[in-house]
Amino acid sequence: MNWLRTILILAAGFAAVFWQAAFPSLRHWLGAQVDLLPPLMVYAALSSGLMTAGLLAFCGGLWLDALSANPLGVSVPPLLFIGLALGLKRELILREEPFAQLSLGLAASALAPPLTLGLLLTLGHAPLLGWGSLWQWLVMSAGGALATPLVFVVFGWLEGRLAHARAVETSFRPDREIRRGRS
Amino acid sequence: MMLRRPQWIGLALVLALTVTLLALPREATARLKLGLGSLFVPLFGLANSSRQAARNAAEAVLPRSALISENRALKLENEQLRLQVMRAEEVARENARLRQLFAWRQTTPWKLKLAGVVLRDPSNWWRTIQIDLGSRDGIAPNLPVLTTSGLVGRVGAVGLTRSQVVLLGDPSCRVSALVENETRDTGVISAGGPLDSSLVELAYLSRNADLKPGQNVVTSGLGGIFPKGIPIGRLVDAHSAEYGLYTVGRVRLAANLSALEEVWVMLAP
Repeated sequence: MNWLRTILILAAGFAAVFWQAAFPSLRHWLGAQVDLLPPLMVYAALSSGLMTAGLLAFCGGLWLDALSANPLGVSVPPLLFIGLALGLKRELILREEPFAQLSLGLAASALAPPLTLGLLLTLGHAPLLGWGSLWQWLVMSAGGALATPLVFVVFGWLEGRLAHARAVETSFRPDREIRRGRS
Repeated sequence: MMLRRPQWIGLALVLALTVTLLALPREATARLKLGLGSLFVPLFGLANSSRQAARNAAEAVLPRSALISENRALKLENEQLRLQVMRAEEVARENARLRQLFAWRQTTPWKLKLAGVVLRDPSNWWRTIQIDLGSRDGIAPNLPVLTTSGLVGRVGAVGLTRSQVVLLGDPSCRVSALVENETRDTGVISAGGPLDSSLVELAYLSRNADLKPGQNVVTSGLGGIFPKGIPIGRLVDAHSAEYGLYTVGRVRLAANLSALEEVWVMLAP
């Protein structure tokens, strides 16, 4: 199941990047496009482990930069940082709780844009920034927060369809059976 | 949780590859980007057909009376445009005769190629689009891109079958512009705000510039990329900048950059 989950996560990353580039309706209505890679990274880091998170950061970041005017590779380190931070603390996180998913999605989506912009400015690029960027950051954070529980629901449903059903353990044990009557 | 050895190696590999990519020369990364972007080519058709389906659905619910009145208006507009073309042709003939008389260099007509917009920049801090024409269609970097309303931007990176267009308002798209007033003030169109894609700044105007809202702004022809006279937009307002050193105006773009579906690439300005 691990490889299947990794492939599903990478396919979702590919589709998410394409959706961001091909369907700009949210940008028309809200003035900003929501980035779906941080919510996916939350799911990957909490459900699948660090290798999948690293792969998603690398492939997702490169796909995003390939369709954007970003320098190639600039989106990878922020995603990797988020994946690493969550993956190292995954045992302490209640990942099944929708509120925890929402909060982590909010934090990841709020963190990714400033990290990317910081990296861009450090590398000497001049992205389009202004007071309106604050609104865009809020939209991206809120959109990412709302998308994270949805990502968990969709992947839960997909895994239910594609993976073997979990074996049900009964409390019945034949060696502990109380034999009644005379033998 | 502690990292295991294979995890360390994997993460170090990802970081090393990323740093290598960021350190590569611009031409190499541009080629890599186009190669990676071509992975999305099979999905372009899907996006186009879904947009077409949405358009068809919207047209299907349009009442017949609205279609008839729209048809009438278009017929009228067509007649007016035909008359304008006749007049423009006569003016062009006269212009050519006069240029010949004064031995001036003849202007070459614009060679335009229609391109479909396939993708937009997924990041919020750049303004670029991808079009479905590439080097095999004669597209080269820095060619002007426009719509019938006005200038849109210039071609950035070029692949075999698609190209990136840097739109007006992006920090890397600067255009020398001229205000159509009596003093013919020139300035540079530079980045606008991140939210409103219809407004850009016209900087470095003379501090004595005679600016009024509503004045037309067109390309000045300086710089060699954009030919003179392409409409850019209309002046909204102006204020002095850098302690009165120069004037900065705001220009509302003539082309609607947020609803681009087809654009014209000018092959030979």
